[in-house]
Amino acid sequence: MTCWEIVQAYALRSLGIGERLLPQVDITLCHQFTLIGSGLLWNVYFGTLALGAGFFLAVATALARQSRHAVLRKPAEWFVFVFRGSPLFIQFFFAYFLFLSLRGTFPALSPLTSAAYGALFVLFLNTAAYSAEIFHGALQAIPRGDLEAADAYGLAGWRKFRRITFPTMLRLGWPAYTNEAIFLFHATTLVFFSGFPAAQQRGDALYYAKFFADRTFNPFVPYPILAGYFILLTLGIIALAGLIQRRLNRHLPAVPGPWRPRFRLVR
Amino acid sequence: MCDDPANLDTLLWFVCYLTTGKHLAFYGAFGTVLLLLAVTAPVALLLGFGGAIAARSRLAPVAWLGKGYIAVVRGVPDIAFFLFFVIALDQGLEWLRHQWLCPDWTEPVRQGQNFLVCPEAKLPLATAPQWIHEVYGFALAVVTFAIVFGAFAANVLYGAMAAVPRAQIETAEAYGMTHAQAFRRVLVPQMWVYALPGLSNLWMILIKASPLLFLLGVRDIVYWARELGATQTPRFTDYPHGDWRMWYFLFLLVFYLALTRLSEIVLGRVMRRLTRGQAMAGGEVQRRAEAAA
Amino acid sequence: MRIALASALALCAGAALAQDVVRIGTEGAYPPYNFINDAGELAGFEIDLGNEICARAGLTCEWVTNDWDSIIPNLVSGNYDVIMAGMSITEERAQVISFTQDYYPPTASAYVALSEDADIMGVVAAQVNTIQAGHVAESGATLLEFATPEETVAAVRNGEADAVFADYDYLLPIVEASGGELVFVGERVPLGGGVGAGLRQTDDALREQFDAVITEMKADGSLNALLAEWFPGDEVPSY
Repeated sequence: MTCWEIVQAYALRSLGIGERLLPQVDITLCHQFTLIGSGLLWNVYFGTLALGAGFFLAVATALARQSRHAVLRKPAEWFVFVFRGSPLFIQFFFAYFLFLSLRGTFPALSPLTSAAYGALFVLFLNTAAYSAEIFHGALQAIPRGDLEAADAYGLAGWRKFRRITFPTMLRLGWPAYTNEAIFLFHATTLVFFSGFPAAQQRGDALYYAKFFADRTFNPFVPYPILAGYFILLTLGIIALAGLIQRRLNRHLPAVPGPWRPRFRLVR
Repeated sequence: MCDDPANLDTLLWFVCYLTTGKHLAFYGAFGTVLLLLAVTAPVALLLGFGGAIAARSRLAPVAWLGKGYIAVVRGVPDIAFFLFFVIALDQGLEWLRHQWLCPDWTEPVRQGQNFLVCPEAKLPLATAPQWIHEVYGFALAVVTFAIVFGAFAANVLYGAMAAVPRAQIETAEAYGMTHAQAFRRVLVPQMWVYALPGLSNLWMILIKASPLLFLLGVRDIVYWARELGATQTPRFTDYPHGDWRMWYFLFLLVFYLALTRLSEIVLGRVMRRLTRGQAMAGGEVQRRAEAAA
Repeated sequence: MRIALASALALCAGAALAQDVVRIGTEGAYPPYNFINDAGELAGFEIDLGNEICARAGLTCEWVTNDWDSIIPNLVSGNYDVIMAGMSITEERAQVISFTQDYYPPTASAYVALSEDADIMGVVAAQVNTIQAGHVAESGATLLEFATPEETVAAVRNGEADAVFADYDYLLPIVEASGGELVFVGERVPLGGGVGAGLRQTDDALREQFDAVITEMKADGSLNALLAEWFPGDEVPSY
């Protein structure tokens, strides 16, 4: 097979389109680049949707933690504690088995036993908890003068939140939130190693990298390819986050020092 | 008592069930996890210290090495590193031994899908008893964890060393201390308070990374939870039950929550102790609180 | 897990074998062939058989568990010397490793589902890298792969898969114990050339030792006795 044929056969293999059997013999570099890249689609899928949905829950949770009412504050605190205090790996396992047993009683929940929905749901809750902690810190760091000025202008309730509190919180929390986004994308590689089955060998980038490492007995090719893809992905996130950062800070006169990304491996 | 579990009442049945040899192995695996944490933390700290010193070095190549170590390990995702290092370390060690012990070997080491070194270079030797194979496997996992977390620790310590006010070192040098003396007597003792928040955070992350041992092939708590929780058919066990995996993993979840909570409390105390009397915001808050009381 | 090491050259292996420890790799999750019992020790048909073979051949044997997924690569690279893990003899595998004669006769695989009218061309669960997984993929059904055999059955119980396709002898005790919840569906499918022990292709001497003992055990009826002990029922496999 030429490389172009391999690309045609495997580029969308992670979605179930193309060649049915994974390459068994004569594995070339082209196979590895194509298939691991194909798996990356799942990482992007999990990361993007979990972040997108998690953002709203995170803001809501951060606000609930500020609340004077224990009814709102306590659940929010517990939610953050449970998801930040335990390994995501164990959360995946537990959630999968929980969804399996719920399935008998509530057939409507059966999609949750698949990685595409179940793991996404766990990632959504997980990132919401981590982001809520970031936004919680940012809310507490909002300068009191800003809020007092808002009061002086007669802003209150929803308008005060939308015009003052929310944008300031976002601006202050943004660097940490960018890190969280990067970690979340890294964490998506755990999905197919934690109970959720890969239907018809449709897996993420790490799933295929491990497949090749097991098959060829040579870890020095697939894992660096995977690393390369992820570094590109990470740079993409940083670039995007930088654009948003610039927009959030556009009213500020001074440009702060260059923001440096921080990486964390595991959560 | 446990000879005929089928006729026991529920409470006794569980007492017997939870003390089978298989369960004892499960409990032992918690020891494995704690051992991993206990061994990895100091080794990673040591590696991190070395990395931070290298990154600060005035010799450019050494500084590049230190910074490269930090950047490479931290820039690449997650478990990919764990999966990679365990194989790479093993093959690397055997390759080195192969070069050393079997210089006359003519066949290529990597043949298609196989990695073949001479029998004398195998690690552990094929003749070694099983426990050596297991210890070797665990040691590889510890080294892998230490390398990855060493890079994180290096980053934290590098930052902490930079955070110690320059005036402190300049004063030390003005008193006639050499560079090394100033480093040892002034910089290192002072940097810990700056490093502690970062190191605490790292410890939490290390705890939460420990179940990844499962992926490195060590029979850890995740392995046993899956094995014990699985449906058991009466022909092969005295304690048949359905799919209990959910409950076993719930137990693991609670175990980890307790472990991180406990760490949080202990580290909070240590931080309070360390910031006492320091000319930092934390120390200032403490001082005021005490003055007010 | 540990992945490297050498497949010893034939001459080294032959000379070294006499007093060496023979390491036997198994999965430890495939009753009645091999599993971990309540005491946390390996047990099963293959454990008994392997120990008997080693005793008769005068070898010191040691058991090692390894994930099914990487059980062949780890043999080839020398992490253990023999595979006894309910592994069917197939042409594809024989290209990579060599097999002894079969110690379990060519077997049938079967579908198990929650009801007899289940769709065996729908979603079918099977263990990765098994002849059953290959068969399902070829049959055109949607293959759902799991790392361990236990998970394939669990997938049917909770409705994730319509049916599971596995060795009849593995499924039988599970179906019996399920009290009617699980049933066999459709015809049984003969697959593979029986179960044998797998060795590196360079380890001819060791393979001959194993083969000789298996022949002996087939002749004196002790293999049939072991089969009857571990695979009771209406159709006891025998030689």
